[in-house]
Amino acid sequence: MTNSWNDIKNADVILIMGGNAAEAHPCGFKWVVEAKAHNGAKLVVVDPRFTRSAAVADFYAPIRPGTDIAFLSGVMRYLLGAGKIQQEYVKAFTNAGYIVKEGFKFEDGLFAGYDEAKKNYVDRSTWDYEFDEQGMAKVDDTLQHPRCVINLLKTHVDRYTPEMVERICGTPKDKFLKVCELIASTSTGDRSMTSMYALGWTQHTTGAQNIRSMAMIQLLLGNIGIPGGGVNALRGHSNVQGITDLALLSTSTPGYLVLPTDREATYADYMKSRRFKPQRPGQTSFWQNYEKFFVSQQKSFFGAAATKDNDWAYDYLPKFDVPYDALKIIDVMAAGQMNGLFCQGMNIMMAGPNKTKIRNGLSKLKWLVSIDPLETETARFWENHGEFNDVDPKSIQTEVFQLPATAFAEEEGSATNSSRLIQWHWKAAEGPGESRGDIQIISDLRARLRALYAKEGGAFPDPILNLAWNYSDPGNPDPAEVLKDINGYALEDVPDPADPAKLLLRAGQLLPTFGVMRDDGKTSGGCWIYTGVYTEAGNMAQRRNASDPTGKGVYPNWGFSWPANRRILYNRASADAAGKPWSERKKYMWWNGSKWTGPDVPDYAPTVPPDKAVGPFIMNQEGTARLFARTGMPDGPFPEHYEAMDAFIANPLHPKVSRNPVVRVFAADAKSFGTPDKFPIVATTYRLTEHFHYWTKNAHANAVLQPELFVEMGERLAKAKGIQSGDWVEVTSQRGSIKAKAAVTKRIRPIMVDGKPCDIVGVPIHYGFIGLTRKAHPVNTLTPPVGDVSAQTPEFKAFLVDVKKTTPPAQAAATA
Amino acid sequence: MGITRRQFMRVSAAGLAASTVGALGFGDAGDALAAGVRPFKLERATETRNACPYCAVSCGVLIYSLGDRSKNARSEVIHVEGDPDHPVNRGTLCPRGAAVLDFVRSPNRLKYPMHRKAGSDKFERVSWDFAMDRIARLMKDDRDKNFVAKNRDGVTVNRWVSTGFFGTSSQSNEAGYLTYKLARATGILGLENQARI
Ligand code: SF4
Repeated sequence: MTNSWNDIKNADVILIMGGNAAEAHPCGFKWVVEAKAHNGAKLVVVDPRFTRSAAVADFYAPIRPGTDIAFLSGVMRYLLGAGKIQQEYVKAFTNAGYIVKEGFKFEDGLFAGYDEAKKNYVDRSTWDYEFDEQGMAKVDDTLQHPRCVINLLKTHVDRYTPEMVERICGTPKDKFLKVCELIASTSTGDRSMTSMYALGWTQHTTGAQNIRSMAMIQLLLGNIGIPGGGVNALRGHSNVQGITDLALLSTSTPGYLVLPTDREATYADYMKSRRFKPQRPGQTSFWQNYEKFFVSQQKSFFGAAATKDNDWAYDYLPKFDVPYDALKIIDVMAAGQMNGLFCQGMNIMMAGPNKTKIRNGLSKLKWLVSIDPLETETARFWENHGEFNDVDPKSIQTEVFQLPATAFAEEEGSATNSSRLIQWHWKAAEGPGESRGDIQIISDLRARLRALYAKEGGAFPDPILNLAWNYSDPGNPDPAEVLKDINGYALEDVPDPADPAKLLLRAGQLLPTFGVMRDDGKTSGGCWIYTGVYTEAGNMAQRRNASDPTGKGVYPNWGFSWPANRRILYNRASADAAGKPWSERKKYMWWNGSKWTGPDVPDYAPTVPPDKAVGPFIMNQEGTARLFARTGMPDGPFPEHYEAMDAFIANPLHPKVSRNPVVRVFAADAKSFGTPDKFPIVATTYRLTEHFHYWTKNAHANAVLQPELFVEMGERLAKAKGIQSGDWVEVTSQRGSIKAKAAVTKRIRPIMVDGKPCDIVGVPIHYGFIGLTRKAHPVNTLTPPVGDVSAQTPEFKAFLVDVKKTTPPAQAAATA
Repeated sequence: MGITRRQFMRVSAAGLAASTVGALGFGDAGDALAAGVRPFKLERATETRNACPYCAVSCGVLIYSLGDRSKNARSEVIHVEGDPDHPVNRGTLCPRGAAVLDFVRSPNRLKYPMHRKAGSDKFERVSWDFAMDRIARLMKDDRDKNFVAKNRDGVTVNRWVSTGFFGTSSQSNEAGYLTYKLARATGILGLENQARI
């Protein structure tokens, strides 16, 4: 989230699209209710289903799954056409006036530089600004230049007329226009809109561009950096934010640094392409500090073994040739090229797309280690569960370990919620039996592996032998010590550059902020954005001061919000170019004549005056936010509507490039996609209030509340197929088929798409062949093995199926 | 004197610590009443602040357990409720969080390390030592055999791609950091979590 759960109460309009907070994040949703009750906020919900979020909305509009970009581009067209943008904000804080290179174009669904054979944009050189001799981007402050960003954007979205939106999305024109109107009402400086989204936007081949579209709308409206504004990812698991920050991601290192690639043979090469210089005068371009963060991190990883002479142990890190994201791991595994796999609290057989491919892959492993508090389908993939997991154990040669882990109540440590808020939790009890904490399991594994390498030698043992594990109990480190390690500390005395007689940091001192990190090896720190969480003043994640001095929902002394305890990111933008609040209502951070002040921590040094024109978007080289993404997105600098891989219609905008042109399809999956002649119904997956992923099917109360898999469908479809609620139906996609009970509701209604009726079915994800719920076919039997072109998040939210009435599964019949 | 719910809770907590409902200010009458009712089940419980393990709202919870956390004493979770002081959830929990005790006490919680041999149709209980020694051995054998020190162009790449690691986004930051350190030190590239699936 750019903002926070509590901040939602400051919103005037709340758009829930690509999520369903009332059911999936109920206790966060209370701040929506608060905004409605006490701030006069209007709730707008756009969703294929009439969800419980929709049920309490002021306005609901239906949409066909997988068409959000068309809808949002239509909104942008409306805002630009009606002049409903916050002009001054857009000029000051976005790249609207930046002049784009000649040669940039968009034609027939493709941006400049596409290579048909490689299915990729091989030449993205025109996806950038024109620069002057000093390397500064050229800007037309009058916004008149035909190639300045805002004019290119106007042209780009001009095709998304309300009629086109209706044709693609199935949203009736009048409903679409009503949503536009409500959104547009926040283009003034005294009103704001918040966007709340989750997997409904990410789980598409166009996932990242869905979110970008909303970010662009929020920038046009001046809603970023403002109370009650922002682009707010509600997120899934309790610590998915923290584990992302700490980079359990194939191409990252903690704090959003990037793992080296094969093209960066030397440390010098690596640093050359990372230390971004400002491209507008006086801008922060915070990544200039990359080396300080990187060197401090290497010191935290490898201690004394990381020296200037060995380039801070640069070669201890693996370099990547291609990204090994989850879909790639699965593909490699299914091709028989992977021997070992760890699944720590990850039920990949359920969580990945295309169960059949995953199970085949697991069967080809030599060994699998599952570390989990619960039984999982993954740990038992080799076990025969009748038609729900029809395998022959004898034929599966994978050696499997199932290690019992403790759960939240049985361990202490910090976790980061979706508001970037790091909070500590304490241990209440012992885990069952011989279960152990993840910290102990990992530490034990490290000790044994290290002992083997110390004794026997082997392939490049150096990083394993030198891996720093300087904790009082290396076999089971105290989480507080690990958090200190993440926060960072001085390894030597660091003199004050202003007065060498004084010390800036003394050896051993915990770092108060990432601003003091060094690139000379004198500081250590695992994840720069977390610096400040554990200082000499104590463990900030443990703070529990529930006061909110300004009443704006900031709670500055509750836990620690990264970075630097900032609660709203880009809050510099809550004041105009001169540093004056946009309005009394939305007053947040402002220039008081000598410094930036307000309830939050400013984006940069509080004494930098507004006339220096330092932009709030400190991570960008320009200091402004990007309406035009430059080369940052693999599928283009502007979002464009592409059909899902299982395309329901030919893309009316450019039928020859119907689907995202840079989608990665593995050779093994070439025939995995369905067409509407065979599979005429659009399907989406979703989550139930009573269940969390694949865990709660193991919890009694949840299993009682929602005991079995169903498929939700509208009345028209049910009637056409002769199906009644409670009937068994077979749902089939190009990938496979499942059986489920029918739930016929009024919540999903057919819509008209491109002149033809479109029926939609929804399938909840939570059921499998393990648990206290009734055994079921995993829903990912149906879903396509393909991901978002940016993040490789699987396309779970839009695919094609057919349904028909059927007989109960054998096992269900036996127990009925 | 007006008393807020929170003050009441604090006073009550003090009362519970003193193990007498009389501390609520009911005097002798309170003592008599206390003698006549079944003791409040949380009276002897230890209260611990934690967070709901499910979604990323991360609602604050209070966990009540029996046992005083002294060494060698096993404590048992008997009740979980929303933390009324928490700024986000203010004491509320959704149907998942409200039932979280059933996750803690699920019959499907794992208790012992288990091992399934190639081709077998069952798990068999093993010791931690057996499991961890064997896993370390399997890791090392695969890494030594398949480690790629240099790519075809002679660039040092030091990667190990024949083993993958799916980490969990339900573990603490501290456990996650150690997981990261170990996985990357071995050269594993296939390292992911639930963030994007
Ligand atoms: S109680 Fe519900 S809303 Fe709160 S963190 Fe748990 S799952 Fe999320």
